[in-house]
Amino acid sequence: MTTITVSGRRDSWRRTFDRLMKVLILLAVLVAIVPLVLVVGDVLLQGLPAISWDFLTKLPPSPCSVGQVGSQCTGGILNGIEGSLLMVGLATLVAVPIGIAAGVYFSEWPESRISFLSSFTNDVLAEFPTITIGVFIYVLVVVTTRSYSALAGAAALAIVMLPIVARTTEESLKIVPTSLREASMALGIPRWKTIFSVVISTGRAGLATGILLAIARAAGETAPLVVTALYSSYPPTLASVVPGRPTASVPYIIYNFGTAGYANWTTTAWGAALVLVTFMLVLNLAVKFFIGRKFSGARAEI
Amino acid sequence: MEIQEDLEARKEAAEMSMPSSLSGVQPKFETKGLKAGFRANLVLQGIDIKFPPNKVTAVMGPSGCGKTTFIRCLNRLHELTPGATVEGEALLDGENIYDKAVDPVAIRRRIGMVFQKPNPFPTMSIYHNVAAGLTLNGVRDRKVLDHAVENSLRGAYLWDEVKDKLKQSGASLSGGQQQRLCIARALAVEPEILLMDEPCSALDPTATAKIEQLMVSLKQNYTIIIVTHNLQQASRVADYTAFFYLGKLIEFNETATLFENPKEELTERYITGKFG
Repeated sequence: MTTITVSGRRDSWRRTFDRLMKVLILLAVLVAIVPLVLVVGDVLLQGLPAISWDFLTKLPPSPCSVGQVGSQCTGGILNGIEGSLLMVGLATLVAVPIGIAAGVYFSEWPESRISFLSSFTNDVLAEFPTITIGVFIYVLVVVTTRSYSALAGAAALAIVMLPIVARTTEESLKIVPTSLREASMALGIPRWKTIFSVVISTGRAGLATGILLAIARAAGETAPLVVTALYSSYPPTLASVVPGRPTASVPYIIYNFGTAGYANWTTTAWGAALVLVTFMLVLNLAVKFFIGRKFSGARAEI
Repeated sequence: MEIQEDLEARKEAAEMSMPSSLSGVQPKFETKGLKAGFRANLVLQGIDIKFPPNKVTAVMGPSGCGKTTFIRCLNRLHELTPGATVEGEALLDGENIYDKAVDPVAIRRRIGMVFQKPNPFPTMSIYHNVAAGLTLNGVRDRKVLDHAVENSLRGAYLWDEVKDKLKQSGASLSGGQQQRLCIARALAVEPEILLMDEPCSALDPTATAKIEQLMVSLKQNYTIIIVTHNLQQASRVADYTAFFYLGKLIEFNETATLFENPKEELTERYITGKFG
């Protein structure tokens, strides 16, 4: 009986300690969430008044000071939205196939020395300050073609996306059980077909997640675009890509209009920020959806 | 002197490689001096064994004796593991599958395999799991596929249980059904030999009984080689049994003889449960 009392006392201390730790962790979570809530809340409050159908379909307003009214003082960010879509789209077209191919190589031939080296390089690239990528493209494309262009912007964004796609592809293919590869090979299915039809198909939710994360990242990049695409007050055309003309983007509008000091431009920047944040939110929800499916797939495997 | 010893060792190996009751029978599959391992670690020390056609032959032995490595050498799956080494010959109807001119992919279509854990393709339906070996090798004809799927599922005693839900995911089946699905998948490519690597070790007794029943019926059309560490299973299903120990073939005989009257002391000790 005595032992039970003793252990009971220890139990109650353990329970108190357990509760204490829980409270501490909860506090840490709150501290971590506060800045996020403040930023998103601020963007929502300041940006919402700017949002209208016109905001998405009209070109930016002329600079107006406080109190000034007139149609020239209101506008939208059509040039930025179209420029971002164009450049992120082009970058996706380039980065996704190359990134997936690299990820497949890292995952399926991990023993090869090329694989080891390029996988390491890939990690470094993923951590690279994106402004240096921008400067690199500036020298390579902007200087050679003598023009800021959507092409240069897309090239910089592609380099930003590439390591993300490659890494997530590698990670999601690595968790495909070896037993599935062997099952396929044992049926007399060639290796390349095994990779395409069994391995990639099993890890496809992970691949989709990686692509979406890379798009989200590229859509929000500002620094590399400042030195490659710059800005234009007009929506992009084919000429923005080749031979190349300066091209607007949503992040650049936030940066440029937000720091200019004109009241209506500041509002435009807030609105652009809200548009970008909403886009991110939608992409992240899509990622959540895919991850949910990935886990349900993994459950079914067992 | 050395040559003499070598000759005698070879003769002994040749005698042991097939039970005496089978002398004169043309082996379906045969290995000669098969050595295999991983990097510097030699797991199989040189295996000479002949598998008679249309029989179930069990390969048994304690963990680490090399039986799984052995069976994975028989369809050239072993060499896919990084660092794997193989040496020696494996003759399928007299043709060395380790010959340089032989395409391992073509060999694997003739030698099917069922694994320890059921491993249906999780993204494919029951139908597509069975048809995978054909569709991924370019067969498109719907009639051919339908026919192969039904035949293979019937062959694996699974047709009646799944015929109304062929479009469902293969992963939705129970463990035992999944393993029979994997057997059907292997049968669909119409192999000559079926390798089974402890196919029941992840299954409950009822599912095990079904698979064992299935093996006995499949031997009419296939030569079956099964790896097992379950003595009762070997005695229930196998016509012949080979006992492996530390990468060597210790004894090979008709299952009844091997169990009741083993020649080697090691075999006897293993069978009576003194080790392993």
